[in-house]
Amino acid sequence: MDEVPNPWFSWDYLARNSDEVLRQLGIHTTLTLQAILIAAAVALPLAMLARRVPRLAAPIMGVSGVMYTVPSFALFALLAPFTGIGRTTVLIGLVVYALLVLVRNTLVGLEGVDADVVDAARGLGYSPTRLLLTVELPNALPSILAGLRIATVSTVALVTVGVVVGYGGLGQLMFRGFQSDYRAQILTASILCLLLALILDLALVLLGRVAMPWMRRRRAA
Amino acid sequence: MSVISDAWDYLTDPASWLGQYGVLREVAPGQWVLPRDSILALTIEHLGMSLGAVLAASALALPLGVWLGHLRRGGTTTVVVANVTRAMPTLALLTLFAASAIGFGNHAVVLAAAIFAFPPILTNAYTGMADVDADLREAALGQGLTRFQVATRVELPLAWPLIAAGLRTATVQTVATVPLAALVAGGGLGVIINTGLATQRYGQVLAGGLLVAALSLSVDWILGRLQVRLTPAPLRARARVSP
Repeated sequence: MDEVPNPWFSWDYLARNSDEVLRQLGIHTTLTLQAILIAAAVALPLAMLARRVPRLAAPIMGVSGVMYTVPSFALFALLAPFTGIGRTTVLIGLVVYALLVLVRNTLVGLEGVDADVVDAARGLGYSPTRLLLTVELPNALPSILAGLRIATVSTVALVTVGVVVGYGGLGQLMFRGFQSDYRAQILTASILCLLLALILDLALVLLGRVAMPWMRRRRAA
Repeated sequence: MSVISDAWDYLTDPASWLGQYGVLREVAPGQWVLPRDSILALTIEHLGMSLGAVLAASALALPLGVWLGHLRRGGTTTVVVANVTRAMPTLALLTLFAASAIGFGNHAVVLAAAIFAFPPILTNAYTGMADVDADLREAALGQGLTRFQVATRVELPLAWPLIAAGLRTATVQTVATVPLAALVAGGGLGVIINTGLATQRYGQVLAGGLLVAALSLSVDWILGRLQVRLTPAPLRARARVSP
């Protein structure tokens, strides 16, 4: 038997391929951030619209529920014939999935705001828009943040599937490692994926603490 | 668009449903396999793999979640486990298995899918059991029921809607994840997408995607009906709100 050493982890691999690994990590990170930002920019107004016009809430929730059962592999593959192979296709797919999570959580958060608080603000003569922006939205922030965290972490994982259309960030390394049976490449990419998800999640938690100082005071009290 | 008409042609051609050898093919005397070019055979393989993954995950996650929920302990660990697995890309797990002793093919895929089906089942079983009204437990204990009887006769029926919702989420998620198997030489409906991509027949890619989406939605619909049917009538309102 010829035992070719095929270690699970090798510093040698990292040292020799740092350029490539960093490049794919960069692609992975920018794709994730871009997708989340676009999704948030679309999801927040959409959820607020659904809150203002309750008749829209059911269809929006329904569509996002149905869309979520469409597998990512299929979605990327479905988009490929229309938008070509590459970054745009992956980005569209990522935004769609992040959007579903964000709309749902924002809407649930807005609907969960204490009815007495809303009544009090109405009694003070707040207009519906002012009520939404100054009372309901800040009160829904914890739920929105939870949605952002889920969306971010699952987007990091989802980027890898972009390998289907040839643009998968760290997934590219995993897939090539699989094809050439190179364990170090697969494991390095997997660990970097987990680390990226962890760092982005922590960043969001910190952002939440900055954006919601009242939550800290409540916990201290 | 020619892609759409190509997909339509592919889906309406009886040859692509049955393939060259039909649903089953005899490769050696007495040895039958599901061929990789028939939609029907691939669908059966797809459902079989999904079922295997969900059963494997529930065999471990259900008793564990019910037990931990009954004790009301380990909630934080459950949440942490669920979050970490969400960050782990399926592709990473599939390729890791393929490169290790487990090898590639359907076994590795079923194992990977089972790991991803584990957290929703565990979390929902735990939450369902732990959220049962504490007064109800007290009352049942006070009537002389043993702890085991309280768990199986009082808590379990009350937790059922949530447990069922977790099983349903896990199943649909698994059906939607199994197509990735095609990337590591596994079977299932993903093969159609993968073959289409490799041969640049995008009509077939679209057809494969539609087939998987349709399968996910039908499975979700059937399980949804089943869930309502199996839920005790007084609890049905709660069962409809699936998390």
